[in-house]
Amino acid sequence: MWSESETYFRKFETEKDWSVVMIKRLAACVREYKKDSILTSVTVTFEVLMEVIIPFFMAFLIDEGINVGNISNIYKYGAMLVVFALLALLCGVLAGKYAARASAGFAKNLRRDVFYRVQNFSFSNIDKYSTAGIVTRLTTDITNIQNAYQMIIRIAVRAPLMLIFSLIMTFTINSRLAVIFLGVVPVLALGLYLIIRYAHPIFKRVFKTYDRLNNVVQENLLGIRVVKSYVREEHEKKKFNEVSDSIYRDFTKAEKTIAYNMPLMQLCVYSTILLISWLSAKMIVASTMTTGQLTSLISYTLQILMSLMMVSMILVMITIARTSAERIDEILQEQSDLHNGPNPVRKVPNGAVQFENVSFSYAKSKEKLCLHQVNLDIKSGQTIGIIGGTGSAKTTLVQLIPRLYDVTEGTVKVGGIDVRQYDVETLRNEVAMVLQKNTLFSGTIKENLRWGNESATDEEMIHACKLAQADEFIRSFPDSYDTYIEQGGANVSGGQKQRLCIARALLKKPKILILDDSTSAVDMKTDALIRRAFQEQIPNTTKFIIAQRISSVEDADRIIVMDNGGINGFGTHEELMRDNAIYQEVYTSQVKGGIIHE
Amino acid sequence: MNKKKGTLRRLMKYVTAGHKLQFLIVLVCILISAVANVAGSMFIQVLIDDYISPLLLDPSPVFTGLLKAILIMGMIYLTGVVSTLCYNRLMVTISQNVLKDIRDNMFDHMQELPIKYFDTHSHGDVMSHYTNDTDTLRQMISQSIPQLFNSVITVAAVLCAMIVMSIPLTILVLLCVAVMLVVVRKVAGKSGTHFVKQQQALGKMNGFIEEMIGGQKVVKVFCHEEKAKKEFDGLNESLFENAYKANKFANIMGPIMNNLGNLQYVLIAVLGGAMSIIGFGGISLGMIASFLQLSKSFSQPINQISQQMNSIVMALAGAQRIFDLMDEEPEQDDGYVTLVNAILENGQLTETTEHTGIWAWKHPHGDGTVTYTRVQGDVRFFDVDFAYDPGKTILHNVTLYAQPGQKVAFVGATGAGKTTITNLINRFYDIEDGKIRYDGININKIKKSDLRRSLGIVLQETNLFTGTVKENIRYGKLDATDEEIIRAAKLANADEFIRMLPNGYDTQLSGNGANLSQGQRQLIAIARAAVADPPVMILDEATSSIDTRTESIVAQGMDGLMHGRTVFVIAHRLSTVRNSDVIMVLELGRIIERGTHEQLIDEKGKYYQLYTGAFELE
Repeated sequence: MWSESETYFRKFETEKDWSVVMIKRLAACVREYKKDSILTSVTVTFEVLMEVIIPFFMAFLIDEGINVGNISNIYKYGAMLVVFALLALLCGVLAGKYAARASAGFAKNLRRDVFYRVQNFSFSNIDKYSTAGIVTRLTTDITNIQNAYQMIIRIAVRAPLMLIFSLIMTFTINSRLAVIFLGVVPVLALGLYLIIRYAHPIFKRVFKTYDRLNNVVQENLLGIRVVKSYVREEHEKKKFNEVSDSIYRDFTKAEKTIAYNMPLMQLCVYSTILLISWLSAKMIVASTMTTGQLTSLISYTLQILMSLMMVSMILVMITIARTSAERIDEILQEQSDLHNGPNPVRKVPNGAVQFENVSFSYAKSKEKLCLHQVNLDIKSGQTIGIIGGTGSAKTTLVQLIPRLYDVTEGTVKVGGIDVRQYDVETLRNEVAMVLQKNTLFSGTIKENLRWGNESATDEEMIHACKLAQADEFIRSFPDSYDTYIEQGGANVSGGQKQRLCIARALLKKPKILILDDSTSAVDMKTDALIRRAFQEQIPNTTKFIIAQRISSVEDADRIIVMDNGGINGFGTHEELMRDNAIYQEVYTSQVKGGIIHE
Repeated sequence: MNKKKGTLRRLMKYVTAGHKLQFLIVLVCILISAVANVAGSMFIQVLIDDYISPLLLDPSPVFTGLLKAILIMGMIYLTGVVSTLCYNRLMVTISQNVLKDIRDNMFDHMQELPIKYFDTHSHGDVMSHYTNDTDTLRQMISQSIPQLFNSVITVAAVLCAMIVMSIPLTILVLLCVAVMLVVVRKVAGKSGTHFVKQQQALGKMNGFIEEMIGGQKVVKVFCHEEKAKKEFDGLNESLFENAYKANKFANIMGPIMNNLGNLQYVLIAVLGGAMSIIGFGGISLGMIASFLQLSKSFSQPINQISQQMNSIVMALAGAQRIFDLMDEEPEQDDGYVTLVNAILENGQLTETTEHTGIWAWKHPHGDGTVTYTRVQGDVRFFDVDFAYDPGKTILHNVTLYAQPGQKVAFVGATGAGKTTITNLINRFYDIEDGKIRYDGININKIKKSDLRRSLGIVLQETNLFTGTVKENIRYGKLDATDEEIIRAAKLANADEFIRMLPNGYDTQLSGNGANLSQGQRQLIAIARAAVADPPVMILDEATSSIDTRTESIVAQGMDGLMHGRTVFVIAHRLSTVRNSDVIMVLELGRIIERGTHEQLIDEKGKYYQLYTGAFELE
């Protein structure tokens, strides 16, 4: 799965500003939550301001109240502190609320954009990603970004502000002592920088190893019957342990580096405190400073170094989120390679299909052609059978008609017009294709059928199901057309599923109907009934039938024999039986196997 | 609650077991580090009271005493820093060790689980034990646990210091803390409820995405994108609502605790000040100043603990799920008959370590004698009943004989029990009633791993593993030479296409062989079975995804593969089973017809109807 990501990274390695471009693209998804994001920063600013002021007045409380035993000053400063604390509380709560809304909203928009983008993918875009890959992006990755974003708008504002305000306060209290920070802060910053720089590449490696671990587990789960049949449990354990071990080693290394964070921070805090203590003691004795100021200075010391610590935490967080951001961005920047041309044609005149010197490659390279130089001329209303071995490009050929992929060379015409000139939706509504790997969705049978035509009446649905020979078995279900289909159609048999898929396609009332091995699980008698119904009820629809069984195609107007990405024969059953070697071979193999009965 | 405690205890066992000494050192280091920290927060007051104030009164101040105090403090601090470094680094080793142990134990245990477990649990759920659940554990072990200890020790140390200083003020602080804890409980509870709701919304969303993206091509073909978007928006909105609320409550915890701490500070200052002025409880002014400092050090760790609560609860839930997996009953195996290599000398079988091509069952008896039975592939079922769920019998009274070298076919509709029969032969499931004998031995007596090694299996769903083509074929026999692999591939008619691949036998396969066609993957799976060279083969819809022309080519290879072996074939394409020695027609878990193709056709029963296409099989 991450081989895709790798090419993505490589592509961007040459562009230095890729991360800027990426962040811009992601940030564009904040949209209506910009207000909340800004409000977060504003309220955080006030919260920080309060938090900085509070120790300042605490110093007054001690110096002018407690130390001199002045109870009214204690009350005065106490009351002020209560007000400040309540204000800080208010700002903090508001900031928390705004931050939650901004980040959850940002995540919502991101998810929406990614999902919408995927909906606009062409088939060749879809082929690049695994379902699991997209699901992880929409869930885990976006959650990571959501957390990082919340962190950024709260803490990335908070930490620098805290640093600046606290520095200002220390300078106000005692500018000579504040100079200490100018020495300590760069040391700490440098230390943190070095730690992150060293740990980041290791973390990156760990995440890749994690992918490998997941892969081992997933393959093990999928192939558990193979594992158990071959008694390969030990082999699998070894495989897993190796990956697990390399995660252990890398993670330990990275985290051990990160483990310097805390002591480094303590070292800086403690030395600062000691330095301040020593110097301020002298100052206090020399009466240029008060003890209250000393306690405030210590408070600010903690705040200053704490905010630096927070910065380093954000950096770690961003490091983790960066990988996720890259994976999301990969989808956001993926451009669908199928577009409507200018002034797209919105009407398909008829169901004629022409292939003119069509070559096709999934890799879009002329060296790896799957289909070479195909020429076909099919008249509207004809029934065309397609037969050929595994990998002979039968599916590839028909997928070009509803423009699921674009040709690499040549032209495919529907109704005499290049498919690239049509509005894609118009074309696909007129060219119904029943895919080989088909899916029903969770929902009732009616809901599934309505995919073909949202406003279909009950009569229309029943008619389509009758054509597809599905009506009878649907009625045998207790809930008839309201029977609930489980995800993937798990509660209907393979043959029933295929017939429902055909009915769904028929509801489009298309000019061209393509069945890609769509009756393989249907028995021969029903298969024949379906074909007869097509012939009688939708004679004007051009029909393409890909099949394994000769019996499914033998009565077609013409039959295409595919071999190795090219057309090996094109003619009627009789013609092909006479002079096509492959067709004869297939025929013989099936007669011998008892599939065809004379 | 009790369950949670059990989980925590079990988790702590992982943490302490194997690294008792390290863990002890960690505890000591945390203790030192916490004490140093507390000492630090008291130091300022000591500095002011014991050094600075006297110096102020001294007309000619001498700073040596102060310098000494600072140096001593410096030493204490340094010990603290070193301890922190030590325990942080040790904790990394411990936590990563624990995680590795848990991961490995979990996977090892999973390999021992019966097929039933895998049939009844969704892969996504199992996968999340290795990812999400272990991840939450990582956070908890490496961060929450040390922090928890640290906080507890700090709280204890500060509490001691406070009590020593002033009992009335301590009571005041404790009252404030009690209020804080009530607030924490309230807010954390709210946030927890919404986090659960968020997870549910996420789960719903996950299911929807999985279904839509899985069927993305269908969505495109039906131009259903807009509807999918609309439905998605609804789910997305509800996820947003819950995520927003959950995070809101988690976010406001910090400011609330912080400022309650500030209010507590003021309260102590005011009340303490008042008390000292009226002379209550022997409170001095200097005392209040240091007490204020202490009260800050007291509420801070409590604040930290409350922040960790969410992650601890989540980690414990994750740990619970992991332990549930580990507590699953492993596959039972009481078999003692083993599979050995043998040589045939004068009609007598003797065991050997060499690879002879002759296999024997080594059967030790109660009286100490050992008999050897040649592995021939004679499989018999006597009145076998079976149910996946007790009470719902799937197979009834199944009796069948498969003699060595025979090809036995099962035909019948989905759910008739064809695959179930093969699941019983290799003991993926155990029978309820009746008996299965393999070469005359009750299969319950045969060690499961040896039983399975003697059976080759090719399934409809081909599962290949990441690795080269060669490695995938070698999966059938780990010590197979390259020649053996190529021979097996030729037998399965796979050699030709493999050579056409970019790197031939060394071509890397990924994602379950996504770069191959269904048929090609199946051919590799057949080669994998061929290289294992077992006496009995089970082909469960092995050729159903190969076109008939290729199938006839594969069939030649398969004939070679099947020669001299007992073969069980399940197929819905009748051409595949036609030349079987015996065909069993199954319906609702019973064998309703049996015989050769010709006999069954003559009977004009169910098989005849199937064959003539009057019924569909799936």
